[in-house]
Amino acid sequence: MAKRVLVIEDEPNIIEAISFILSRDGWTVHTHSDGETANERINATPPDLIILDVMLPGKSGFDILRDLRESPETTDLPVLMLTARGQTRDREMAERLGVTQFMTKPFSNAEVLESVRALVRD
Amino acid sequence: MVHRQLTGSRIRERRVDLGIRQTDLANAVGISASYLNLIEHNRRRIAGKLLNDLARAMQVDPSALTEGAETALLDQLRASAARDRASGAEISRTEDFAGRFIGWASLVVRQDKRIDELEARVKVLTDRLAHDPQLATSLHNVISSVTSIRSAASILVSDDDIDRDWERRFHRNIYEDSQRLAESSRALVSYLDAPSEEGTASLSPQEEVETYLDAQGFHLPYLEGDGAPQRAPMLRSKAASALLSDYRTRYLADAETMPLKEFSAAAIEVGHDPALLAGRFGVPLAAAMRRLATLPPESGHPAFGLVICDAAGAITLQRQVSGFGLPRAAAACPLWPLFRAFSQPMQPIRRDVQLPVEGGGRFRCYAIASPAGAASFDAPATMEAVMLVRSVAASGGPADPVGTSCRICPRSGCRARREPSILNEDAV
Repeated sequence: MAKRVLVIEDEPNIIEAISFILSRDGWTVHTHSDGETANERINATPPDLIILDVMLPGKSGFDILRDLRESPETTDLPVLMLTARGQTRDREMAERLGVTQFMTKPFSNAEVLESVRALVRD
Repeated sequence: MVHRQLTGSRIRERRVDLGIRQTDLANAVGISASYLNLIEHNRRRIAGKLLNDLARAMQVDPSALTEGAETALLDQLRASAARDRASGAEISRTEDFAGRFIGWASLVVRQDKRIDELEARVKVLTDRLAHDPQLATSLHNVISSVTSIRSAASILVSDDDIDRDWERRFHRNIYEDSQRLAESSRALVSYLDAPSEEGTASLSPQEEVETYLDAQGFHLPYLEGDGAPQRAPMLRSKAASALLSDYRTRYLADAETMPLKEFSAAAIEVGHDPALLAGRFGVPLAAAMRRLATLPPESGHPAFGLVICDAAGAITLQRQVSGFGLPRAAAACPLWPLFRAFSQPMQPIRRDVQLPVEGGGRFRCYAIASPAGAASFDAPATMEAVMLVRSVAASGGPADPVGTSCRICPRSGCRARREPSILNEDAV
C-alpha cells in the first residue's frame, strides 16, 4: 500500500508541484492549506509523513509542530519543514520543537523527493 | 542633595525677564551685588530665607526657582555617565557642569539620546527580517514565487513523458508565478527605496505613542466632540498604531462622560481634586485622573504628570511633568504611591512625595489600582494602577521620601533600594 504524505502549504502552485513529483514517485498525496485546522486533519487520518510550511493562515507551522510533538500519537511522526524563513533563528526554533528535517525554499524537486524517501522507510 | 546650584541660573533668568538690575535686586534682599552675582553664576549655594526673599522680590514661588527641567537634565547626564563609567566622567560634579555650561550639558544629553536611537536602529537593521513584518512578507512572496517557478520548470524540463494536461497546467503556473514575482519584486524595491523615517524608526511602540501624545500636550481636540474629523494619525509601526487606538478609545470615553467645557470649569472650581471631580461626574477615580492629565495646558490648569502601570509594575503610559523624572528604561522607584496602590486595590491614595532635591521636588500624587477592562467570571481581573502627579510648594507638611530610580537616587538607608546608586557609594 502506498505511503501517505500530507502537504500542509497555502501556495496552490507549490502544492501542485510537490503533489506531482511525489505522486509520480508512488506516494499518496493529501493536501491541506489551513493552519488552524491542520492538527485536526492530521489526527483524523495520520499520514506517514508531513511536509509542513511555516507561514500558514490561522496557525503557524511552528505551532502545528509543537502540538504534534505534545501528542503521544504524533510525537514521532516525521515532519519535513519547508519554509521561506531560512534564518538561523527559525531553523533553531524548528529543531527545538522536534522537526525531523528543515529545508529552505526555493528547494529543488530532487532534494524534496530524496528527503521524503529517506524519512519514510518501509 | 542635587541641583541646588542651578537655582542661580533660574534666579538670573527670572531677574532678566523682569528687567530688574542686579544691584536693585541685591539691595531689595539685603545682600551685595557681587554676592548675588556669585549666586546667579551658581558659585554660591542658596536656600532658606535668602531664597524665599529673592523669590518674594521677584514675585515667584520659591519652588519655581529650584525645580524644573534641569532635574531631568541632571538625571539624564548622570544616566549618560553611568552608561560609560570608564570615561571617568565626574558624576559628583554633574551640577557644576550643567550649571556652568548648560548648552554643552544639553548637547551631551542630546547626543547620548541620539546614540541610543542609532544603536536601536542598527539593531533593527541587522535583524530586519524579524523586526519588519512588511519586509518579511514581501520576501516571503518573492521566495514563494521563485520556489513555485523553479519546481514547475524543473518538472517540465526533466519529465519527458509528462501528460499534456499537466504540461499545460505547469506552463500556466509558471506564467502566473512570474507575474506574481514581478509584482512582489516591484513592491519590494519600492519599499526598500522609500525614505526612512528617522527619529521614529528606533522608538518602541510605547515611546512612539508617547512622543506623539507629548507633542499634543496629551490633549486631542479632535476627540472632544467639537465636530472636527476624528481620524487617527499615521504612526510608523502597527504596534504603535494599535496602542494609540486603545488610547483614543479610552480618551473618547472619558471625553464623553466628562465633557471638556464642564470638566474644565469644575476642575478649577474644586481645585483640581480628582476625587471631587469623579464624584461630580459619576465616573471612576482613575478616569477623572486621566481626564485631568489631558486638559489643554493653556487654559489655566496646572501641569499634571500621569503614570499608568500594570500589575507587573511595567509602565504602560507616562506623561512627564517638569521636575518629576519618569525613568523610561530603568525600573521606577518602588516607593511611589503608584505601586503602593496595588496593595490596597480600589482604595484611593493621596500622598505628598519628596524627591531628593533641595528646595523643591515636592509633588502631590493621587493613585488608585483598579481592574482594567470588563469583569469576567471566567478569568482573573487584570489590574491597573494610575497615578496623577502635580507639583506643590516645598514648604508644605510632611512628605514621603521617594526617588526616580535607584541608580540615580542618592538616598542612604532606603529600605526599597534594589541596586547601588552611582551618585552616592554609601547609599545602600
